[in-house]
Amino acid sequence: MFSKQIRKSPALLIGILIVVLVATVALVSMVWTPQPPQQQELSRSLLPPFWMPGAQPGFALGTDLNGRDLLSRIMTGARSALFVGITSVFIGGSIGLVLGLLAGYFGGWVESVIMRLVDIQLSLPGVLLAIAILAAIGKGLGNVVLVLGLVSWVQYARVVRGSTLAVRQREFVQGAQAIGAGHWDIIRRHIVPNIMPPLLVVATVNVSSNILAEAALSYLGVGVSLSTVTWGGMLNEGRAVYELAWWNAVWPGLAIVLIVFGINLLGDGLSED
Amino acid sequence: MLNYLLQRFWQACLVLITVSILSFVLIYLSGDPIAALIPLNARQEDIDNIRRAYNLDQPLIIQYWLFLGKALQGDMGESFRYRTDALRLVLGRLPNTILLAGASLLLSSIIAFPLGIWAARSKFSPSRWHLLDNFISTGSLLLLSLPSFWLGVLLILVFAGALRWLPASGAGTFQQLILPTITVSAFSTGLLVRLIRRSVYDTFKQQFVVVARSKGLAEQWVAWRHVLPNAIIPVITVMGLQFGALLGGSVVVETVFAWPGVGWLMIQAVESRDLPIIRAAVLILSLFIVLINLGVDVLYTILDPRVKLGKSS
Repeated sequence: MFSKQIRKSPALLIGILIVVLVATVALVSMVWTPQPPQQQELSRSLLPPFWMPGAQPGFALGTDLNGRDLLSRIMTGARSALFVGITSVFIGGSIGLVLGLLAGYFGGWVESVIMRLVDIQLSLPGVLLAIAILAAIGKGLGNVVLVLGLVSWVQYARVVRGSTLAVRQREFVQGAQAIGAGHWDIIRRHIVPNIMPPLLVVATVNVSSNILAEAALSYLGVGVSLSTVTWGGMLNEGRAVYELAWWNAVWPGLAIVLIVFGINLLGDGLSED
Repeated sequence: MLNYLLQRFWQACLVLITVSILSFVLIYLSGDPIAALIPLNARQEDIDNIRRAYNLDQPLIIQYWLFLGKALQGDMGESFRYRTDALRLVLGRLPNTILLAGASLLLSSIIAFPLGIWAARSKFSPSRWHLLDNFISTGSLLLLSLPSFWLGVLLILVFAGALRWLPASGAGTFQQLILPTITVSAFSTGLLVRLIRRSVYDTFKQQFVVVARSKGLAEQWVAWRHVLPNAIIPVITVMGLQFGALLGGSVVVETVFAWPGVGWLMIQAVESRDLPIIRAAVLILSLFIVLINLGVDVLYTILDPRVKLGKSS
């Protein structure tokens, strides 16, 4: 599936490489980081990156105000970013897939109700509601994933409904209906496999936008609590020392840009025909 | 036409009802709504009295009805922190938020239109120009990948910190508007460039352009008279929607620059758990966004006669 597209679009290859790189870093961080990511040591507060005077070996990208190693924290943060991105897409995608299939396959009043819900959700200010809801239910990785998932189902529902409408008209579906296959069988064996490609493109782009959203929420202090290492949370904690130690502002942000850009390149390459 | 407008209007009402239910429920998601109001050593009697005063002894549906009735009369409760009318506080900050969103949309259109058109046209030029198209589309994808708050932080570090050219925070002067505007506009610029490029490209491929060319019209005339007016219609829709999105999304950037808008007010309210303000901010911004979307819909039907009103495709 990929090989033909890669030859046409080098950007897709770069995207894949970036995503693989970040995923590898996240996996490695589970067994090894240069330093324990949460270990505080005030005597090592605000050490600069390795090329600057005053740097210490073993702290390649410098340290934060509490003396925690930034490289180790960025590696650990990759885990949170990918976790949030993937699980929230899974939640939103599952809801959207089910509702989109129902709307597209059965039509009628089911479709009207679901599409009305879609219209409503599309007009709601997503970030704003996410902040308000998180302010009320409290922070935490699970809550962020849940809220982002619930906010994003609508994109999947639209794509799934559209593709289902198209696939439903095809001969093999009508054939299956003619030989008396049940609705469930037709949906599972004939419709779902055929609507996967567009669904995957939406999901890919959604992973990156949810990672961005999580970073913003954590930066604002309403997202993931600080006991979990996230890039947005690192930027939040570093706020006081940005002017003193720029590396606290730069590295976590670059990490966010890298993964989001990589996934966007991937999604863009997949969607180009 | 009337039918269509009524349908859109009804839908806008549904959205607002949903938002009002959500913001009503908010106060319950957070646990005991009056916990912030009661002193620790309060007697049970006093607690019951406070409950009665806030109608908390009524069934939920009645409470919602009372809440809605008050909200419609402009009473969204009193801020816990400032001890004044929450709605008035939010409305006082609204002009700043609209100013920032408007300036950002203006800046992104000024940048995005030439770049998008240029990129689309370079696809029809000799192949050495295709590099330009690749460059512009990859660049716009990069803009879409930047966390806006981080861009704001970097701009502050460079232009306010190191170079000392511009102020890092506050509002009121033109200089203070510059950095927040650039920050907010980055994302919408990326979005608009991609959209304009796609739209202009698709329009160039249509029959009437072939006809115009075969009539022997000059290429510039074809581009400006025949392609652009048609390519712009979907772009205008997205710009309208984007203005609404900017109003809602400015929360993050306003906080970075301490820009005294609704978003920053809301984040401060989140920190002090000032629910009436959160509620009023969500309601007012949603109302604005819904009105803008409604306006865009109407505008769209006027601009594009191909849209068959009230008939779903």
